Amino acid sequence: MNNRQETLIPKIGVITDVRIDTPDIKTFRVVTPDGVKPFEHRPGQCAMLSVPGVGEAMFSITSSPTNTEYMEFSIKKCGCVTDWLHQAEPGQQITIRGPYGKPFPVDDEFAGKNLLFIAGGVGLAPLRSVINYCLHYRDHYGKIDIVYGSRSKDDLLDYKEIIDDWSNSNDVHVHLTIDREQEGWDGHVGFVPNYVKELGFDTDKTAILCGPPIMIKFTLDGLYSLGFEKTQIYTTLEMRMKCGIGKCGRCNVGSKYICKDGPVFRFDELDELPDEY
Amino acid sequence: MRKCSLEKLDSVFAEIANSFKLYLPVDDKDGKAKYSEWAEGVKWSNALNTVRSPKDFFFPQTEDLMGFKCSGKNIEIIDTRNESEDFVVFGVRACDVKSFDILDRVFLKDPVDSYYSNRRDHGIIISVACTRPAETCFCHTFGIDPTEPAGDISVWKTDSEVFWQSNTEKGAALLEKLQALTEECDADAVNDQKEKVSAIMKKLPLAGLTADKFGAGKTKELFDAPEWDSLSEACLGCGTCTFICPTCQCYDIKDFNTGKGVVRFRCWDSCMYSEFTKMSAGQPRLTQKERFRQRFMHKLVYYPENNDGLFSCVGCGRCLAKCPISMNIVKVMKTIGGKENE
Repeated sequence: MNNRQETLIPKIGVITDVRIDTPDIKTFRVVTPDGVKPFEHRPGQCAMLSVPGVGEAMFSITSSPTNTEYMEFSIKKCGCVTDWLHQAEPGQQITIRGPYGKPFPVDDEFAGKNLLFIAGGVGLAPLRSVINYCLHYRDHYGKIDIVYGSRSKDDLLDYKEIIDDWSNSNDVHVHLTIDREQEGWDGHVGFVPNYVKELGFDTDKTAILCGPPIMIKFTLDGLYSLGFEKTQIYTTLEMRMKCGIGKCGRCNVGSKYICKDGPVFRFDELDELPDEY
Repeated sequence: MRKCSLEKLDSVFAEIANSFKLYLPVDDKDGKAKYSEWAEGVKWSNALNTVRSPKDFFFPQTEDLMGFKCSGKNIEIIDTRNESEDFVVFGVRACDVKSFDILDRVFLKDPVDSYYSNRRDHGIIISVACTRPAETCFCHTFGIDPTEPAGDISVWKTDSEVFWQSNTEKGAALLEKLQALTEECDADAVNDQKEKVSAIMKKLPLAGLTADKFGAGKTKELFDAPEWDSLSEACLGCGTCTFICPTCQCYDIKDFNTGKGVVRFRCWDSCMYSEFTKMSAGQPRLTQKERFRQRFMHKLVYYPENNDGLFSCVGCGRCLAKCPISMNIVKVMKTIGGKENE
C-alpha cells in the first residue's frame, strides 16, 4: 500500500523564522527537517499547510522560486489554522504539501512585457513571488510598476523589502498608498482603484491584480476606462479548498477547479465562468 | 454464458464467500435493502435497489487518511494505509455500476487517489439486470440499459434460474471458480427477459425524459435561468440527495484528536451546505439558490464539460424517493430543460 503515491499525505515542514509584518500578518519561513526547501514551485502556486489537530488550509507561496533556501508564507490571522500559526515560534513543525495550481505565465505571456502589479492588503503575498522572480530575471521584462495600498502605514506588507529592494531596482516604480491620512506618512492617501486611475497608466502593460474583491472590482473598472483589455489583466483567486487536486469539489466554479485550473486566471478566461468566486 | 438453478444460488454465494468477503443487498428489520456481508442464512433482497448507493465500498462515508503524533514542537506523520483485501459486491444495478465510471473519472485521474484506487483494484462487481424497473427510474435518459448491466460479471435472474456472464479478466477468474456449480448455456432465456423488460421501460412515466437541453457548453445559457429561484425556494439544504446519490463525491478533510494522537480523516460533504464554500474572506454562494444550482449544474453541465459529455447522473431515482420536499433532478431537467421535456 505504501508504494501507492498519495498527494494528500504531507511532508514535515519546520518554521525557522517568524517575521511580524503588520498587526495581523506574519511571514513564516519554512524548510524541511533537513533544512532544505520543501519542494520547487512556480510564481503564483500554492501549498497546503497544516497543524495536526487544528486543520489544513491553502496558502500562496510568497517567496520566489529563485529563493533556493526556503519557502515563505505571509499569513493573515483570520481563522483556526492561522490563529494557531500566529502563536507558533521558530522550531515548530507543521505539515506541508504542494505545489498546487497553475502559476503566472512569467516565462511566456509576461516575457518582454511592461508589468503593472496592483495589490491591496495581504493581496501582495501571492504577487511578491512574481515580483521577486521578475526582479531576479530583470532583463526578461520591460518597465515594472507596483501599486500597493493598505488600510494604514502599519498594514503595508513587506515594507522593508519594498523600500530597500524594489524601490531601488532598475526601472521599477513603486506607488504606495494608504486609505486614510496618518501621522508620519507623507505618501499618497486614497484607495487603490482611484490611485490607479490618477496614475493613468499606458495600456502597453500587462496588469496583475490581487486584493479584496471590492478592490478588484473597482480597479478593473479603472483599468478598462484607461483602455486596458481583459486579455492584458491577470489575477489570482481564493476559494475554500480541502484537497488541492480538483477532487473534493469545494473550489469548483463552472467547469473549473480553482485549485488546479487556477488560482491564476486572465480576465477573459474568468468571463467564461459563472460569477461565483 | 453460464447458468445455475435459483435453488443453487446460496451454494454459489457460499463458494464465493470461501475466497472473498461477499456483500449483497439484504433487507434490514424495516424491510429496507442495504448492502450487508453474506453468511449462511443471509437472503438476497428482492428490492429493486438499496436505499444507499454502493459508492460506500470505494468511497466510504468516513475513512481515516493518516495519523500524526505530536510531541513538543515535533510532528510524526503515520501512513495508516493498508492494502485492501479482495471483495465481491453482488447485486449492483446497471445505474450504480455506471456510477463507478463517473467516480473513477474523478478519483483515478492524475494525481490518483490511493484510498479509492486501492479499494477499486480489489473489488469485484457482480451486477444484476433489472426486471421490474420503478416509476422513479430514468437510467435510459443517460444511455444506460438496465437489462445489460456492466461490471466484472453480469447476472440475469429469472423465476427459476440465474445466468452469469463475465465481462472482465477479474470476472472470468471468479466465474472459473464457480464451474462446478454452473453449466454452459445459451442466451435465449436472457434475451426473452431483455425484450420483456425493454417493453416495460417504454411505458415508465419518465420514459420520455431527455438531457438534451443540458451538457457541455451550456453554462451561459442555463446559469441565469429564472427557474432556479422557484426550483430552489423550498430546498431545506439537508443534503440527503447528495448522501444517497451514487455519483456525489465531494468530501471534507478534518482532524480528530483521539487523546493519543491525531487522526486525519475524510468524510462525505455536500455542496448543499453553506459551510461548504464559507471562507474567512467571504461566502461565494450566499443563498440556498446558489448551492442548489451548483449541484445540478455540476451534474448536468460542468461534469460533462470535463468528461467527454458524460453526465454525472445515472437515473437511479434515489433522490426522487428521498427528498423531504420532493424536489429532484427530474423536476430540474423538466423545468430548466423546457416544455418539450414534460
